[in-house]
Amino acid sequence: MQDKLCLEFERPILELEKKISDMRDFAAGSNIQLSEEISSLQSKVNKMREEIFSSLTRWQKVQLARHPRRPHTLDYIELMTTDFIEIHGDRYFADDKALVGGFAKLEGRPVLIVGQQKGRDTKQKLLRNFGMMHPEGYRKALRLFKLAEKFNKPIVILIDTPGAYPGIGAEERGQAEAIARNLREMAVLTVPIVIVIIGEGASGGALGIGIGDKIFMLEYSWYSVISPEGCSAILWRDAAQAPQAAEALKLTADDLMDLQIVDKIVKEPPGGAHNDYKSMATSVKNEIVSALDELQTLPQDQLLQNRLMKFRRMGVFRIAED
Amino acid sequence: MEWFKKAKEGLARQEKKEIPDGLWSKCTACGEIIYTKQLEANCWICPNCRFHFRIASQKYINMILDDGALEECDANLESLDPLKFKDSKKYPDRIKAAQAKSGLKDAVVAGLGSINGIKISFAIMDFNFVGGSMGSVVGEKIARAIERSLEHNIPLIIVSCSGGARMQEGILSLMQLAKTSALLAILHQKQIPYISVLTNPTTAGVMASYASLGDVIIAEPQALLGFAGPRVIQQTIGQELPPGFQSSEFFLEKGFLDKIVDRSQLRDTLTLLLKYFQR
Ligand SMILES: [Zn+2]
Repeated sequence: MQDKLCLEFERPILELEKKISDMRDFAAGSNIQLSEEISSLQSKVNKMREEIFSSLTRWQKVQLARHPRRPHTLDYIELMTTDFIEIHGDRYFADDKALVGGFAKLEGRPVLIVGQQKGRDTKQKLLRNFGMMHPEGYRKALRLFKLAEKFNKPIVILIDTPGAYPGIGAEERGQAEAIARNLREMAVLTVPIVIVIIGEGASGGALGIGIGDKIFMLEYSWYSVISPEGCSAILWRDAAQAPQAAEALKLTADDLMDLQIVDKIVKEPPGGAHNDYKSMATSVKNEIVSALDELQTLPQDQLLQNRLMKFRRMGVFRIAED
Repeated sequence: MEWFKKAKEGLARQEKKEIPDGLWSKCTACGEIIYTKQLEANCWICPNCRFHFRIASQKYINMILDDGALEECDANLESLDPLKFKDSKKYPDRIKAAQAKSGLKDAVVAGLGSINGIKISFAIMDFNFVGGSMGSVVGEKIARAIERSLEHNIPLIIVSCSGGARMQEGILSLMQLAKTSALLAILHQKQIPYISVLTNPTTAGVMASYASLGDVIIAEPQALLGFAGPRVIQQTIGQELPPGFQSSEFFLEKGFLDKIVDRSQLRDTLTLLLKYFQR
């Protein structure tokens, strides 16, 4: 395991796992019986993992959401769907590759599936702009949503972005307008929308494709008004206070359940999604399919009323007596 | 290209200075010394360089609405501290300090009023209150202002002035973008007019929701407008920003604004538009 591809708190686990695999190799190449030692080590590593992962800080969860080996949107599309046909471009300016989308089948059921794509190696990261969309990305998403609406197909959205891109071109082409328009238009799309936050959900960049009927979060994803680094730079005047900002922002899946913003947490495999893509994708798929089953029985006006009320009730305030 | 220079200077300096209280006022853009009474009579616009001083929401209400009269609604909505947020200050202490400083309960004042006899639902943000940031209270009061438009079938006017969503309420602040925009979808479907007025600054979460969703969008001259803050963009791209970038004039040029209007002309412009939008 390369160091760059693991997090600090994962290291003791990975070291033990390496030892186990070395022992297996050794045992296979000789006649020495090591199965007892191996199984004892295996239970030790399981216990260690459980201990570490049962007391993760919010900042550690943020790091897991950004794990270099974490499954991305295209991994989920490949593992969850069949017959994916990708749709490109906003028809005004360009094809924003930070957002992928198209029609696919989820257990045979046709859906539109859309999500931010981060890219794994340097070349892919640059091509995908690290999952940071420009206005054309939000307009591309809206074009796809309208297609789904036109042909009465439900919408599945996977969110994984460190934020909308802050650049000159993005401002020139109306980043704010593009996001605002999506918020308004998505509120009244006539087909069911299921949203899963699979990694990072940073601010308006995430919300710009985040209006829907069901919102799920993976166990180690985060969703917030601002990234911990951004918050730390503004409030602590020092980006290095990000761990403290992450604590203050209450941005984990558990926090968002407590704040009644999301509907459900999707459990991750032991050690996080990157340890078992297949089982993670299966869990996500099952949640989406059962949500669609529920939503597709609703009459359209009920669906839209529920969606409006879902967001209408969000907020915490008091009415003063004086 | 003269406005480029002016806009840049204006933006840079406008950040710091607010309305002075003395008999004489110094324009923060051009340095002109102005008799404060004269400045007030001129809608707090520098007679020399057109610089728009940032003013409290009550002054706007006086300038825009008939008889300066707002039948205020939801004045008693107050922030809670759902995240138990603490940076250098505890959030409830920050709110208390802002309330004492501004005399407001939160960063928006809303209610019913009229402009040249046309009844409207009106909301105006106030930068004096935690930078005009939008938390649950701002979102809720804007939402209710939209609902008043729907209920009475009257136009909506929102004057924005905000650095964006309020960090201290975390995800709840972000969801105010969704809440307000979703209700604007209904207003849009009902074909009720909505005019969005942008003042210095209107950025981030407010710009990425209701401020950008007006049927017509008007801004004061030289206001800072945009999604990302200039400093964040500069750090991201590692180069100087072009002159006048993210000003009202830039937004008009790029097609995201309908008109730049001097504060002194705003009431007349709004009246004209409201009349055109009557069915
Ligand atoms: Zn001046």
